[in-house]
Amino acid sequence: MAKIHLNNIAHSYQPNPNGPDDYALKSMEHIWEDGKTYALLGPSGCGKTTLLNIISGLLTPSEGHVLFGDDDVTSLPTEERNIAQVFQFPVIYDTMSVRQNLAFPLKNRGESVEAINARVEEIASMLGLTDQLDSRALNLSSDAKQIISLGRGLVRDDVNAILFDEPLTMIDPHKKWLLRSKLKKLHQEFGFTMVYVTHDQTEAMTFADHVVVMKDGEILQVGTPKELFERPRHTFVGHFIGSPGMNFLPVSLEGNKAKFNGQTIKLNHDYSTDISDNIMLGIRPEYIAVTTPDNGGIIASVTNVEDLGKHKIVRMTIGDHTLSAIVPEETEISTNEVSISFTPENTLIYRNNLLIEKDK
Amino acid sequence: MTLTLNNINLSVDGEVYLSNVTASFKAGIFNTLLGPTLSGKTSLLRILAGLDAPDEGTVKFNNGDITNIPAKKRNIAFVYQQFINYPSFSVFDNIASPLKVAGVSKSEINGRVEKISSLLKIDTMLSRKPSELSGGQQQRVALARALVRNADIILLDEPLGNLDYKLREELRLELPKLFKETNSIVVYATTEPEEALMLGGNIALLSEGKVIQSGPTMDVYRRPQNIQSALTFSDPPINICAARSLEIANAHSIGIRPHHVKLKRRNTADIELNAHVTLSEITGSETFVHSLALDQQWTTAIHGVHHFNAGDEISLYLNPANFIPFDASGNTLAILESEGV
Amino acid sequence: MQKKLNQKAWFLVLPVFLLVAFSAIIPLMTVVNYSVQDSFGNNEFFWVGAEWFSEILNSERFHSALGRQLLFSAIILLIEIPLGIFIALKIPKQGWAVSLCLVLMALPLLIPWNVVGTIWQIFAREDIGLLGYVLAALDVDYNYTQNSTDAWITIIIMDVWHWTSLVVLLCYAGLSSIPDAYYQAAKIDGASRWATFRYIQLPKLKRVLLIAVLLRFMDSFMIYTEPFVVTGGGPGNATTFLSIDLVKMAIGQFDLGPAAAFSLIYFLIVLLLSWVFYTIMTANEGKTNQS
Repeated sequence: MAKIHLNNIAHSYQPNPNGPDDYALKSMEHIWEDGKTYALLGPSGCGKTTLLNIISGLLTPSEGHVLFGDDDVTSLPTEERNIAQVFQFPVIYDTMSVRQNLAFPLKNRGESVEAINARVEEIASMLGLTDQLDSRALNLSSDAKQIISLGRGLVRDDVNAILFDEPLTMIDPHKKWLLRSKLKKLHQEFGFTMVYVTHDQTEAMTFADHVVVMKDGEILQVGTPKELFERPRHTFVGHFIGSPGMNFLPVSLEGNKAKFNGQTIKLNHDYSTDISDNIMLGIRPEYIAVTTPDNGGIIASVTNVEDLGKHKIVRMTIGDHTLSAIVPEETEISTNEVSISFTPENTLIYRNNLLIEKDK
Repeated sequence: MTLTLNNINLSVDGEVYLSNVTASFKAGIFNTLLGPTLSGKTSLLRILAGLDAPDEGTVKFNNGDITNIPAKKRNIAFVYQQFINYPSFSVFDNIASPLKVAGVSKSEINGRVEKISSLLKIDTMLSRKPSELSGGQQQRVALARALVRNADIILLDEPLGNLDYKLREELRLELPKLFKETNSIVVYATTEPEEALMLGGNIALLSEGKVIQSGPTMDVYRRPQNIQSALTFSDPPINICAARSLEIANAHSIGIRPHHVKLKRRNTADIELNAHVTLSEITGSETFVHSLALDQQWTTAIHGVHHFNAGDEISLYLNPANFIPFDASGNTLAILESEGV
Repeated sequence: MQKKLNQKAWFLVLPVFLLVAFSAIIPLMTVVNYSVQDSFGNNEFFWVGAEWFSEILNSERFHSALGRQLLFSAIILLIEIPLGIFIALKIPKQGWAVSLCLVLMALPLLIPWNVVGTIWQIFAREDIGLLGYVLAALDVDYNYTQNSTDAWITIIIMDVWHWTSLVVLLCYAGLSSIPDAYYQAAKIDGASRWATFRYIQLPKLKRVLLIAVLLRFMDSFMIYTEPFVVTGGGPGNATTFLSIDLVKMAIGQFDLGPAAAFSLIYFLIVLLLSWVFYTIMTANEGKTNQS
């Protein structure tokens, strides 16, 4: 096991790319630390699967190097990289039993029968497959098949990393969290580096210590789930994480105040006043307090209130801009106009879509 | 307009798909069918559409019996989970196709397609082919085709199931508004309780081919008639605990929704439980903490992103005011707010 | 409703059913009628019962034709199925070469059968045929009109040339439907080229192979036109297959009764052997579905 270093990687599916739009993956530098769990999160077409295939060697990047520890593996084929990968659709060998499926990667590498048997038994008991070892894999349910696919990765104790490409897509929603907790447990036991590709924020944030948010072939932010929620570094991250996502309002700045639509919003920090680029204020729906209009603050008109039982989502407009706020289930919104206020420590300022970092 | 199902039964090859289903759907309000996969939602929609006929029971439309009238003679539109469009037609022709079949005049077709496509925000891509659109846009085209013809009945079978969650969020917001403007009866099938809550209107809960409760969505959510109903209309799953373990005398078991299980004391009446975390799931805006207490699994939903490790010790606080008490056969008892603990 | 729907569906099948009745079942019954009677011209018939059947079943001539036929089909299947799979594996998966390969492959299938026979008949002739001439020039002792081994080799090569394409096209379609993830998983599991074929491609090809084997078996077992054009069943009776023998009997000798009995026996053998192939090849699947 070793850390995985992507050194100035870029990839284009075209032979002679002109300009950044031709790149499925724009130039990036990233290190996957040994033994950590990562999620690659982004909308479809953002390049996350391309990135995964570059790590596993199914794809050779057009530019840059892939290093496992200190070894350059850029030109090594998949089978020599010691990588395991679990795909969106469970891949099992139809004609084999569960036992033969699990033993297959070891058999291919010419290990002894005793060693194979011992290892297969061990992995099977870990995955709860012991009872099914001798039944034909073809006959099992799709979540059991996906566990077998995972087992074929785990059975090799020398793998550098286990990669997951949207592995829970085909799994019954009610069994998803069982598999998720199984994955977490396996990680605690084995300590493999794991990289998990998904477009589902719940899956990414539940699974990973570090979430890598991608869009249009670029990494926008790498952070813990908490960082992505509290301090998204890019407006897209704020919008993409959370439902509803972060609200953004165009503002002008004056010291520790933001001016919006003729109203003033208090901020926790001073911002230099010469900032004249595209300035946005970002606030999560969770950090907007909604009260009756006589309480002062910013006045907004309510367009809709969705009662989700556990809480309500208030949809509002200020001028041409829409805003969502989450309020507790017992809050009554009876008026058309409300007064809203933002918690200053959760009010963030973005310049040209990037967060202006201030120490807390 | 009203669409009524009376004592509908349907079995295929000895397996019961629908059992004694009685329900009614009105125009002008969103009707949701909520139930897990294989609970009978699609079978019910197919009967409403006239694609299947029930073994027993009647389907009535405005008091006229339509049980044996085939789909093509009912004025219905059906939207599926898969994006079904004519691949060789432009978006315009896709939306206009039901009108052309009905022989509507050219000028009226143009007017109606224009109106519906701007409502669904696809008016700028009318000349493109479906394959040049994203998944969300393709489903908008299918929705537009269903809406454009002023069908008496519009049936939607998990129409957002194949979309990324951000697109789903966007369309969920728009759908009730869109259908408010039609005079059609709208029946929307979904597996997701949260989606049902967002869409509002009326709801029928389906479980194993039976309607277990129906009525205004919020009423059904707040006052489940039985354990089955509480379990079906709850995500993450509602916590069910033996009343004895919580020292409550006059009930058999207690249901308490995950967002009512707090990690901080709010009230002097709160019951405190010591628990060990098994897993925390983070959805983006919420964290679901799964933990073990009183020898059973508990789920707590809290706002924001919070980090827990498996094995962490936490305290759960339950306010008896939020308890939903059930008797031994699983029926809901009168709320026991006043009795306290 | 499910039941009502099914009943309506029967009405839709009715026209086809009637058509099949007129085109297949009624002629078949005529044959059955012939097979149990003897005729002396002038439309005089009298009942002979199972006599023709026992005569055919006990005749040396039928046995040897059947033996040749079985040998021929066995050789054809053993060559065409593996060769077809092999070629299908070698056809590229994408690019301009795909359509070129597929068109080239389809060409022999588009040629009428008697033309195929004629092409090979001329091709293999020593005096004017390219193949025969070259072989003669190389001093190879080859003459398909005199030597029965040479006649067999010619007909087998001709059939392989004519029909392997069908197996190739079926297998190619089967191979293209295997998702990429399977190949990627095999790479990650370190599977060799052979293991990938044995454990992924072959199992996924099973269904199309069943169709290919059945089609090739039935066709080769009933082959008539091509060997008739090339060798006329000779030299001697060396390439007289069941169908050629049947035509000789029915039209050459005008023995309608025995010929009818022959046809029915022939038909039952094809049916029986097809069923055997089908059962063997789907045996495993049956278990799968039940469990």
